[in-house]
Amino acid sequence: MRAWLLFLILAAPAMAEEITLSDTCPPSFQMLVDGTCELVTLYQFYDSPPQHGGLRARLDPPARRYTPQQIDLGRYLFFDPILSDGGDLSCASCHDPAQGFSDGKKRGIGAVELDRSTPTLWNVGFAQSLMWDGRTETLEAQALLPLLNPDEMAATVEGVETALNAAPGYVALFQIAFGAAPNIANTVIALAAFQSSLISLNSRYDRYAHGDATALNPQEIRGMNAFRGFVARCSQCHIPPLFTDFELAVVGAPADERGFADPGAGALSDDPARLGAFKTPTLRNITRTAPYFHAGQFDTLKGVVDFYNNTAGHAAPKGQDLRIHWHVHMTNGPKLSTATVADIIAFLAALEDENLMPERPAVLPSEPRP
Amino acid sequence: MKTLSTLHGAVLASLLSSTALAAELTVPSGGSIQDVVNQAAPGDTILVEPGIYHQSVYVDKPRITLRGLRDGDNWALLDGEMKLNDGIIASGHSIVIDGFRVTGYKGNGIMTQGANNFEISNNYVEGAFYGIFPQFGRNGLVIGNTVTGAEDAGIYVGMSDNVDVIDNVAFGNVMGIEFENTRNALMAGNHVYDNAAGITLTLVPGLPVKDAYSQVIRDNRIIGNNHVNFAPASSIAAGVPSGTGILVVGPDNITIENNEIADNDNVGVFVADLITFGMDSDPKLDPYSDGVRVMGNTWRGNGENMNGMLAEMLAATGKTGIEVLAMGKGRDSCVLPGDGIDTLGTRRWQDCLGDNSVAGFATARLEGGAEEPEYTLEQKGRLTYLAVCTGCHAYDSVLHGPSMQSIQAIYDGDPSGMVGYITDPVRKREGFPEMPPQTYLGEETLDAIASYILEDLGK
Ligand code: HEC
Ligand code: HEC
Ligand code: HEC
Repeated sequence: MRAWLLFLILAAPAMAEEITLSDTCPPSFQMLVDGTCELVTLYQFYDSPPQHGGLRARLDPPARRYTPQQIDLGRYLFFDPILSDGGDLSCASCHDPAQGFSDGKKRGIGAVELDRSTPTLWNVGFAQSLMWDGRTETLEAQALLPLLNPDEMAATVEGVETALNAAPGYVALFQIAFGAAPNIANTVIALAAFQSSLISLNSRYDRYAHGDATALNPQEIRGMNAFRGFVARCSQCHIPPLFTDFELAVVGAPADERGFADPGAGALSDDPARLGAFKTPTLRNITRTAPYFHAGQFDTLKGVVDFYNNTAGHAAPKGQDLRIHWHVHMTNGPKLSTATVADIIAFLAALEDENLMPERPAVLPSEPRP
Repeated sequence: MKTLSTLHGAVLASLLSSTALAAELTVPSGGSIQDVVNQAAPGDTILVEPGIYHQSVYVDKPRITLRGLRDGDNWALLDGEMKLNDGIIASGHSIVIDGFRVTGYKGNGIMTQGANNFEISNNYVEGAFYGIFPQFGRNGLVIGNTVTGAEDAGIYVGMSDNVDVIDNVAFGNVMGIEFENTRNALMAGNHVYDNAAGITLTLVPGLPVKDAYSQVIRDNRIIGNNHVNFAPASSIAAGVPSGTGILVVGPDNITIENNEIADNDNVGVFVADLITFGMDSDPKLDPYSDGVRVMGNTWRGNGENMNGMLAEMLAATGKTGIEVLAMGKGRDSCVLPGDGIDTLGTRRWQDCLGDNSVAGFATARLEGGAEEPEYTLEQKGRLTYLAVCTGCHAYDSVLHGPSMQSIQAIYDGDPSGMVGYITDPVRKREGFPEMPPQTYLGEETLDAIASYILEDLGK
């Protein structure tokens, strides 16, 4: 008996390396009869037309659904540097779970420093518009951008497919998840599947929204009231419950410290109204992802709120003729008091919720087996 | 029904917790309205005595009636003294805001955000950015209010559905009454005068709601809207030409019938597309105003004193006294030939037919109101378990809290014991975080969760 137990203990580490894929949906997802996982949130108990705001707006689960196996395979791929040309960069190198799925840097660093900062991936499964300039619409299409960008993971389609098929663990796992060998199409589906499981909708703010008046302290409530009020107007673009409307807006962000003034969506269009327009980012887990704005222009939330509390266009890059959004300090700056600025910052901290943090794989399928 | 006063907060709180009946709570003159709102339960009516309240009020629970009591000229007056942001903001469904005088706020006077089945009635709002602004609402009524001095619209219905705006008075605003990105709405019996523009029906780009349609504008008096446009230069409202009775920019299926439209210096009704106003930057919007029907209105003295941008634009035509001006490529619009009105730019328009009439259209609201989706107890238990509890509890392993298997063992056959714990969790285990109380989910749902965990989960 004792010998048998001992055997089990000794064998355990080796067995742990036999990677299998989860056959249950991630927490907060239910399995449907078609074998895919559907998100469940309390916002589904409400009634409002799509894209409405307010505390109890309905939020439908994302329409794209994936199987538990696809989600779990995506988790391995997300953390695996095998996807990059040099084998040194994974998605998680920049989108680090421990840093709110961002990197703590002003701008992402791949092969070289990029021009834009790394956005969080919390709730990204809901996004209908991706990247700072909104240039992609699906996670599947998005994943190809960092993969194939020479400044980021610098891979090629062929390179990714060859590497995954040659890796010891992946062929079997792709068979389980897709019934097919690894290829670029199912690779990006798996990455999208995993990212769609990154849900943050149970912060203290959410408990307040669902009816727990004690979930926020008085200062946070004051901050929320200023945030949704019509002097600061934050919630007109950062619309709850996702705290974004996924729209492009020109807020008049300053050039970055290198003096570069990113045209944003203006680079993709002739429309002068698009110059300097960026997609409104979510504010979920915003305390985790400093520095802020598309090129890390602000180190702190105080810096951001002070920016909004100034006159329209005060920081706009010289020489850019920006059509600043009408909700940005309409009447000579909102002139919020120092106390109100502090209240808003306190409220933003109440949007923290990382309970559904996925587990970082202890072993990767690309690593050689013992 | 009892009338309670804030002075007896403790008594009041205990009464509230012990009764499920709707209560009537009174705020004594000058007392804190917010304190009473915080103590109120869904279904309660809050009566605010006449007096001066230098306060902002926020209502985040459903089915609250907030009523200002009035004694002649002595109102329940909310006065922000140009120091406070907003007068009232309510997010709870079935909110009623009635009978307040609201002045001196830097932001909005009265606003709802995401409240369905709202009613905003008999208030007098002056000098806010937007006077009365229901936003993101499904099913609502704005009735019997007076709004003046708004730097944008006096009454602004934004991104809402099934709303009636009836019998209000709007004067001295940049715009009297506006429907923005709103679907299925009625504006009737309003008196709209001395604004820069009387009524605006718009489809604004860059907002999450991408369309605006089915609006009936009937039996309003739209008189002498020639006020100077005093909107801040950075706003969209700054582009609205003064001297306009009704301005339509972008929405579809609009009927303008049986109104009295008089003495608007530039034009009676101006129908344009988003391109004309340089507002066509959103590719997800259809920029044209289609299906605008103008029929059976009474006209007098419109376009007789043209000035500003419209005068410049139309100078070459030599025309004045225009009742209906159309610009851009809308389709399927019409005027009633029998009305014999002067139009410009309506070459593509057709003749309205008698059966286009909406004279009898009584309400755009939903019969029975907007309803919450219905869930069975089984669904409530299971779905809430998934939405909330699984964030911390896994079935067969420790996550942030103990495994559900171990919890099933503790509370086997004792659902009310479990409900007791999750309502008021106590520290039990070393090294675990505290579990937050789940009372807010409501008794019924908590019971359903407990029976789901004990009877169904993992079986
Ligand atoms: C070198 C750092 C880096 C790496 C590696 C990287 N990203 Fe990103 N990611 C960024 C930056 C920077 C942006 C913003 C780019 C832009 O807007 O132009 C971004 C944007 C995104 C977005 C859009 C989020 C939003 O809300 O708009 C997604 C999704 C995303 N990345 C997923 C991935 C995935 C999946 C991988 C791996 C295949 C990956 N990223 C690898 C830096 C990185
Ligand atoms: C007109 C729409 C709009 C309004 C109003 C608005 N924001 Fe933003 N917000 C944006 C956009 C767009 C960005 C991205 C700007 C950039 O990076 O250039 C942004 C960025 C931010 C960020 C940084 C997010 C990140 O991940 O870097 C914070 C924090 C923020 N806003 C908070 C606020 C607060 C607080 C208010 C109210 C005082 C507010 N916003 C009002 C659109 C808006
Ligand atoms: C934010 C995390 C969190 C959430 C959300 C949460 N719990 Fe807990 N729960 C815990 C922790 C931590 C403990 C252990 C507390 C201790 O032992 O001190 C616990 C303990 C419990 C217990 C054990 C009581 C006992 O007697 O040992 C029950 C029952 C329970 N939770 C039920 C629920 C239910 C039902 C929900 C959903 C409505 C829920 N929990 C949501 C964290 C959470």
